[in-house]
Amino acid sequence: MLAAAATLALGACAARDEGSTSGNTTGSAAAPSQAADAANPRGDGKAVCSGVSIAYAGTINGASAALGQNILRGADLAVKQHNEANPNCQVTLKQFDTEGKPDRAPGIVTQVISEPDIIGVVGLPFSGESKAAGNLFNQAGLVTITPSATNPALATNGWKTFFRGMGNDSVQGPAAAKFLTDTLKANKVCVIEDDSEYGIGLANAVKQALGSKASCSDKVKTGQTDFSAVVNKISTESPDAIFYSGYYPEAGPFAQQLNDKGVTAKFVGPDGVKDNEFLKGAGGGATNAYFTCPCVPEDNFKDFTAAFKSVEGADPGTYSPEGYDVTTIFLKGIDSGIKDRAAMLNYVKNYDGQGLTKKFKWNDKGELSDTPVWSYRVENGRIVNNGQIS
Amino acid sequence: MTPFLAQSEPWISFDVAGLAEQFWNNTVDGLALGGIYALVALGYTLVYGVLKLINFAHSEVFVVGAFATWLTFYGLGFRSGATPALSVFEIILFLAIACLAAMAVSGGTAVLLERVAYRPLRKRNAPRLVFLITAIGASFAIQQTLRLIFGLNQQPQIRLLQPEPLFRLFGATVTNIHIILFVAAVLLWFVADYFVNRTRLGRGIRAVAQDPDTATLMGVNKERVIVITFLVGGLLAGAAALFYMMRIPQGAIYNGGFLLGIKAFTAAVLGGIGNLRGALLGGFLLGLVENYGQSLFGGEWKDIVAFVVLIVVLMFRPTGILGESLGKARV
Repeated sequence: MLAAAATLALGACAARDEGSTSGNTTGSAAAPSQAADAANPRGDGKAVCSGVSIAYAGTINGASAALGQNILRGADLAVKQHNEANPNCQVTLKQFDTEGKPDRAPGIVTQVISEPDIIGVVGLPFSGESKAAGNLFNQAGLVTITPSATNPALATNGWKTFFRGMGNDSVQGPAAAKFLTDTLKANKVCVIEDDSEYGIGLANAVKQALGSKASCSDKVKTGQTDFSAVVNKISTESPDAIFYSGYYPEAGPFAQQLNDKGVTAKFVGPDGVKDNEFLKGAGGGATNAYFTCPCVPEDNFKDFTAAFKSVEGADPGTYSPEGYDVTTIFLKGIDSGIKDRAAMLNYVKNYDGQGLTKKFKWNDKGELSDTPVWSYRVENGRIVNNGQIS
Repeated sequence: MTPFLAQSEPWISFDVAGLAEQFWNNTVDGLALGGIYALVALGYTLVYGVLKLINFAHSEVFVVGAFATWLTFYGLGFRSGATPALSVFEIILFLAIACLAAMAVSGGTAVLLERVAYRPLRKRNAPRLVFLITAIGASFAIQQTLRLIFGLNQQPQIRLLQPEPLFRLFGATVTNIHIILFVAAVLLWFVADYFVNRTRLGRGIRAVAQDPDTATLMGVNKERVIVITFLVGGLLAGAAALFYMMRIPQGAIYNGGFLLGIKAFTAAVLGGIGNLRGALLGGFLLGLVENYGQSLFGGEWKDIVAFVVLIVVLMFRPTGILGESLGKARV
């Protein structure tokens, strides 16, 4: 059934894709086609509203900015499609740059809260900044849906306004471990973590799931470019695979230096590494790389991808569809006549609907119940879908 | 190998076996990276020796060199991806071109910096603190300008020379890059040392460092000496940028100089700021200590180990290991 739907989707867009450079459909047979009932930001075109905004708060120009920009563009696309279809309901998307820094986020969040027309927030993308600023949103009663912060502990703070748009690291960690041991057949895994909230939390989840197969571990620092000591350690351990729990700016040089040292172990990175910037940075070290991600492969939503390219002038990246989905939820709320924060919070809490990437229905902690994790690999200098981790 | 117990991880580990096992590998890598620290440290040391000024914008002089290297590679038609197959002659030729470009751009930036940021202050006899703040301001200005022009991300790595293992030293693999980095650092330091201690211009630098007023009375053009000091530091930083990019091709990023600059400054202080030999010694020492420390205590101790060593050394030798000497008369 799923395969049939996928074939149908592929067939349907083959004609449209003619002449485009992509043509890379590897793994698409296992990918979901877009659900027919996926929420559409355009709505019925009859919405009436005025003076309401939603905000994107997260990195725009800071560290690992490519991840934030993917999300921002996804949100921007949803808002543009909505506004185009609904002349009587023009929603503003306000942008706030936290630079992804936990020490900067609270100040920025205070700004977001102080603008009364903002009734829903897409963000914060990173776990560290979410931890630092989440309580401010809670106190203000301003609902947030994060399209990418995966640290599990974020949902346990009792914040009533925190919702997560994808699986957390207690889902991704075991899935990554399963991918390492079952798919890559690794018996000895080195787990390397960076010093971010995200990296530490995910590394712990992976190490726990791997058990005794996590045979070595080490830590690196944000901004580090020389990894010789870590590489030497890994090279004497000669593991089958390396799991790097962090973001792409460090993962790139790290993968390359492993490759230079002749370490042939498979290099597996999580969603924070899965970006084209990693490929540019890692050079020859990228050929051996795999990724795990609670993000659904964006290249399978052909309509979305085409619209994204024409409106945003760039390819959708990791978490672009998630950014689009959570923005759509807010837009649907606004279309249904919601004007204030309390009503929006209530709306999101009781939301139950299909999105592009998955079904959105949250439990009382703000976690989704059904969250797929996907694996990706590098092929011909591109990140391609390697199938869902089941 | 001990099985990993997730819950019983001590907050600090003493992996003595790991240190012993990886000792020579870390020595080789530490010396290679230490060579870069040393070359950048020379720039801090020279300017401090003459002006008693910590030129905090020196890290940006270095980064500008990294961008110049990258742009030269790009301009020569090389692109990110696999290392191109080049003959030895071609590699040397292209690296020499990149080296000259990086040295020219870094040297030019350093001189410009002196002209724009420091000279007006000197003319007005500004207090030393103002120079320091200006240095930090200039550093941020250059950094953010680079960010506006080149964006936030690392420039895609371009490599002309693939690291090839040459021979083994006590079980450690020594690659061509290691050798180049180490030899280049020692060689360039030797040139700088010769320049300062044996040439006429170098004598001028030492004279101004020792006593600017008397040197002026003796016919030394102080302003010219200062410009030359900045120029030499910039040239060395440009060369260091090229060698750094050979080891870490992702080095062209707007904030890439910050940490390296602080490390190089530390190396300069460690060896004795104002002392050329100290910069070399401090650079190599810092590179080694960082790598040994990481093996012994774990990766998160990288910077802590380096700075604790600095503090301990300064406790017993407040002027650094070799002391301050650019301005001192030497036999």
